[in-house]
Amino acid sequence: MSVLDIEAAAEQLVARPATGRPRYGLAIAGFVLPVLLAIIWEVLVASGIANGRLMPPPSVVGRTLWQLSASGELLTHAGATLWRVGAGFGLGALAGTLFGAVTGALPFARSLLDPTLQALRAIPSIAWVPLFILWLGIFEASKVALIAVGVFFPVYLGVAAAIQGIDRKIVEVGRVFRLSRLAMVRRVLLPAILPSWITSLRAGLGLGFMFVVAAEIMGASEGLGYLLVDGQQLGRPDTIIAAIISFAVLGKLADGLLVAITRPFLTWQDTARDKL
Amino acid sequence: MLSFDQLFKTYADGTRALSAITLDVRQGEIVALLGGSGCGKTTLLRLVAGLDRPSAGAIRLDGEVIAEPRADVGVIFQEPRLFPWLGVAENVGFGLSHLSRFEREGLVTNALVRVGLGGYEKRWPRELSGGQQQRVAIARALVTRPKLLLMDEPFSALDATTRASLHGHLLALWQESRPTVVMVTHDVEEAVTLADRIVVMQPKPGRIFDELDNPLARPRDRLSPAFEAAKREALRALDRSLRDEAPRQEKAAETAGMWW
Ligand SMILES: Nc1ncnc2c1ncn2[C@@H]1O[C@H](COP(=O)(O)OP(=O)(O)OP(=O)(O)O)[C@@H](O)[C@H]1O
Ligand SMILES: [Mg+2]
Repeated sequence: MSVLDIEAAAEQLVARPATGRPRYGLAIAGFVLPVLLAIIWEVLVASGIANGRLMPPPSVVGRTLWQLSASGELLTHAGATLWRVGAGFGLGALAGTLFGAVTGALPFARSLLDPTLQALRAIPSIAWVPLFILWLGIFEASKVALIAVGVFFPVYLGVAAAIQGIDRKIVEVGRVFRLSRLAMVRRVLLPAILPSWITSLRAGLGLGFMFVVAAEIMGASEGLGYLLVDGQQLGRPDTIIAAIISFAVLGKLADGLLVAITRPFLTWQDTARDKL
Repeated sequence: MLSFDQLFKTYADGTRALSAITLDVRQGEIVALLGGSGCGKTTLLRLVAGLDRPSAGAIRLDGEVIAEPRADVGVIFQEPRLFPWLGVAENVGFGLSHLSRFEREGLVTNALVRVGLGGYEKRWPRELSGGQQQRVAIARALVTRPKLLLMDEPFSALDATTRASLHGHLLALWQESRPTVVMVTHDVEEAVTLADRIVVMQPKPGRIFDELDNPLARPRDRLSPAFEAAKREALRALDRSLRDEAPRQEKAAETAGMWW
């Protein structure tokens, strides 16, 4: 017993090592290459060695970005894109979660639904576009539907696999404590699938941004994808690059938001990662 | 009192895991199930826990047939089986959700101190060593004050020192509320250290081979000659069970009615 007590005391004395510090240094290291390339390009164009017409230097792109945001255009386009992604993601994630839960939990539903869904998954989602336009018109509905389809599959697969992968042993602990069906779902099953669910949502969100580009390129009067097409037709590569950068920033922000919202539920995993 | 009455368990694939198990366990007794691999020890324990149904026969706890997990039965598995998304305190208090937060915290703190983990409430399971995790699992099972405690090789994954100190913890906890304990073990020394009675089992089909009463008074001194003698006797019974000989003559007569 005394051995254990000493062990406990010793463990409490040892302060937790400060992890994370060196990582900021490494993150900064990641900026070196792109910044260096940007500077080199800027210098090459400024000194007249390179022609910046097809690949405008950072200063020109920056100016275009600034003009777009000052006139409020950028906000309008980004807002339209975000709205579409948000709506499509919401619908796709909801449907994916529901179908994934049902097929993961009920073997009958699995054998009934899964083959069909897998077959549908084999269709490249962009191939739906003409049908969706015929069915839903060329406005918002067809775009949102396309994004929802893109989001649906990773979420569906992730949730179904997570439910099937739940550790039977830990469910048994729930049974030993006589959890009701509802309590079992709330206290054991949901927390157990939460990490994979969030991972699948992030994958879905990434695909959502991919498909919004496709949807907006196919025909839109606003949105960052429209900005891309507009830049192409007007021969303005700076506009195109500004739109690309906006996409990257929006996608990263949306993903960061999802991570931030879900982080409190996953602290138990973060500690594990820190220890490794 | 816990009683097994002509208990059979045949798995769906035809494996006769248990055959005609008849055994009575007194209130507050510690019984160790000893036996080679595959003789049905885990199967037996799962039936008592209500996690599986017997094919024939019944297990009664205070006269009531066990058909599903009961609130007054605690289970400690071979692995800790902690919920990784819950902190240590929430894991220990998992079965106390009917209590107020205040009451629960009091019981949990107390239980953790008793297994030598006072101050670990806020840790995550992954931040604990294997032995510490198993102690949390012990605290989780004992904090509900079960009338019957079931343990399936709870210490088999631990080193000898940790195991010995956990034996001490367990006995101290047992002395407080004197639950009936049925434990599975591979380890003869563990059985002699903890048990009042050692039930030796034999495979194919899983059945009771012999029962040994442990005459040693508590606290038991592992280094005493009496302990050595008891250990030797248990080892001999285990050996015979593995070599498939008949049990000792005098015992055979006693237990005859129980297993054939
Ligand atoms: N779910 C199952 N389905 C079919 N057979 C099983 C199942 N579980 C166990 N068995 C078989 O039943 C017999 C008894 O198994 P059990 O796990 O109870 O043994 P044990 O005494 O606990 O062994 P060990 O000491 O190795 O843990 C074995 O032959 C095993 O293969
Ligand atoms: Mg076993």
